[in-house]
Amino acid sequence: MFEDLSFSLEGGSALVVTGANGIGKSSLLRTLAGLVSLAHGSIRLEGGAPDTPSEEHIHYFGHQDAVKPALSVLENLQFWQSFAAAAHVSGFSGSSVDPMDALNLLGIGHTARLPAAFLSAGQKRRLSLCRLLVTPRPVWLMDEPTSALDRVSETQLLGLMNAHLAAGGLIVTATHSDLALEKTLILHLRAGDAAAPSPEEALQ
Amino acid sequence: MSTWALALFQRDLRLSVRVGGSALVGVLFFLAVVTVIPFGVGPDLNLLSRIGPAILWIGALLATLLGLDRLFQADRDDGTLDLMLMAGRPLELVVLIKCLAHWVATGLPLVVAAPLLAIFLNLEPAAMGAVTLTLLVGTPALTLIGAIGAALTVSLRRGGLLLAVLVVPLAIPVLIFGVSAADAAIHDPVPFLTPFLILCALSLIAAVIGPIASAAALRFESD
Amino acid sequence: MAFWDYANPTRFLKLVQVVLPWLTGLCVLASAAGLYMSFFIAPEDYQQGQTVRIMYIHVPAAWLSMMCYSIMAVSSLGTLVWKHPLADVSAKAAAPIGAAFTFMALVTGSLWGKPMWGTYWVWDARLTSVLVLLIMYLGLMTLWRTMEDPIKAGKAAAVLTLVGALNLPVIKFSVDWWNTLHQPASVMRMDGPTIHPDILWPLLVMAVAFTLLFFVLHLMAMRNEIMRRRVRTLRLRAASAAHPRSAVATAQPAE
Repeated sequence: MFEDLSFSLEGGSALVVTGANGIGKSSLLRTLAGLVSLAHGSIRLEGGAPDTPSEEHIHYFGHQDAVKPALSVLENLQFWQSFAAAAHVSGFSGSSVDPMDALNLLGIGHTARLPAAFLSAGQKRRLSLCRLLVTPRPVWLMDEPTSALDRVSETQLLGLMNAHLAAGGLIVTATHSDLALEKTLILHLRAGDAAAPSPEEALQ
Repeated sequence: MSTWALALFQRDLRLSVRVGGSALVGVLFFLAVVTVIPFGVGPDLNLLSRIGPAILWIGALLATLLGLDRLFQADRDDGTLDLMLMAGRPLELVVLIKCLAHWVATGLPLVVAAPLLAIFLNLEPAAMGAVTLTLLVGTPALTLIGAIGAALTVSLRRGGLLLAVLVVPLAIPVLIFGVSAADAAIHDPVPFLTPFLILCALSLIAAVIGPIASAAALRFESD
Repeated sequence: MAFWDYANPTRFLKLVQVVLPWLTGLCVLASAAGLYMSFFIAPEDYQQGQTVRIMYIHVPAAWLSMMCYSIMAVSSLGTLVWKHPLADVSAKAAAPIGAAFTFMALVTGSLWGKPMWGTYWVWDARLTSVLVLLIMYLGLMTLWRTMEDPIKAGKAAAVLTLVGALNLPVIKFSVDWWNTLHQPASVMRMDGPTIHPDILWPLLVMAVAFTLLFFVLHLMAMRNEIMRRRVRTLRLRAASAAHPRSAVATAQPAE
């Protein structure tokens, strides 16, 4: 899928992956998440717990919301809080947010007791986003994070992403819209000849 | 470990009993299978009481298999499975707990319904007890073996039939010893305990092999 | 009172509020009278002894199991043909009650069958067709449970109910069409009942009591179903309600 692709990121910075449709942005994120195995090469995360694979330090925020319509909004979130293990690396100071606070933060606190089936697409998306807040993990992989979100929610999302960066976290995101993130690097994927990881070295 | 395991167990149990869940459809299917048999073999009560344990076992096998296709598929369809692979929990244990919750929601009702259905088949009280006991011990094995099929067919749109075809050969030993233990309880000279203990052993073996094989299949599937 | 006047759920609920206490009172009176008559006035059977009293529960329950399905079938026509808004509420509310009466008929029947025939169950036409009726009730209940949207579920269930109504004549005439252990009809016959008035009267009073019980339960269940749908609508509205967004404490202004 990819050839000669390499990049490294430091705590507190974000990488925005851009490129045409079908170029493999989602595949890149899924590879980083450990959901697609690598043919060659390696993914390393420094400072993580030893003996723990890198994907267990990662929150994957993909196209699918992983929201169960039959469960209430709060039940959905509480399940992920207990089920997904928290992970830390040195230099990352993120902490766990209470599920109810997370829902309030994203403006869907009033739906906590309702079945998730009653939520609109944007509300489901925000519920899925709450999942990243209730379990602290240093790396966020976000595939088109702004899809189905209105402008206000998009601003909130940016705030959360910046807060995550400020706490020393990492974000890799594939997006078409311009995200005003602090300390952003751009990885532009192109077809044919080797992809160009433009600012890769500028980081150090 | 206990918190996340309990959370997963509760979630799966809730999902199968709430609106849209399929917990009791299995029992209904079981009832339908048992009702249909006398139309096929005729209403002779002596014959029915002789083949009754076998009918109940086959009914339970079919009801278990048909209920299994959504075991992992529902989680795959909405992206939950990806997150489960990344959750940092041993996948084998996750599968085991999911199977346990699935059995409590769908297998246990079959066991509870068995004595009632045994009345339709004119079974003696001793035979009724024996069949129920063998189902209690044997249906977990069916669920655990079936989970392998469910994991293998997780990405197929119409995996249900294929699942049954894949799993039936693996489930035959359970069927053999389940039925022979139940039969042994009716006909005196044959010992009941031997086939029954083998049935217990099969369930324990399935509790090891099922989760390991299913977890491996799920990992390959995500690639 | 036109049929359509009660298409409005609010008006229907008002009617229920007025009618229900009277129906309940009547039902209690009829049940008390019926039970007294069947236990103390009706004679013992010279062959069966006290066992014959099971009949006063068994026969009305069996009648009701069929009447309930007929009401569901009419309601289903209401859903599909006349599009009456309360029709699917009526059909949905009737199903569990019908299943309960059918179950009662089967249980009392098999308890009666044990001393009479020596077995709890035989696969004869009457018993089997009633068992099929029970399976259909349970299947319909499952169909309603499995579908999230009540309107869609109502239409699907209405189609199934009407197809399943073919079973009703099979049940009714099974004792005449096939040779079975079950005795033939003795009350509802073209040439008048064939049983003694001492037995007939308690039976009829019990039948009236069971019918009243059905209507009491049916109206209550319909009321609950209307309430349940209102709750659902309110919750849907609550989920989409504009919500004052609290300021995001940890967020920093995005440039």
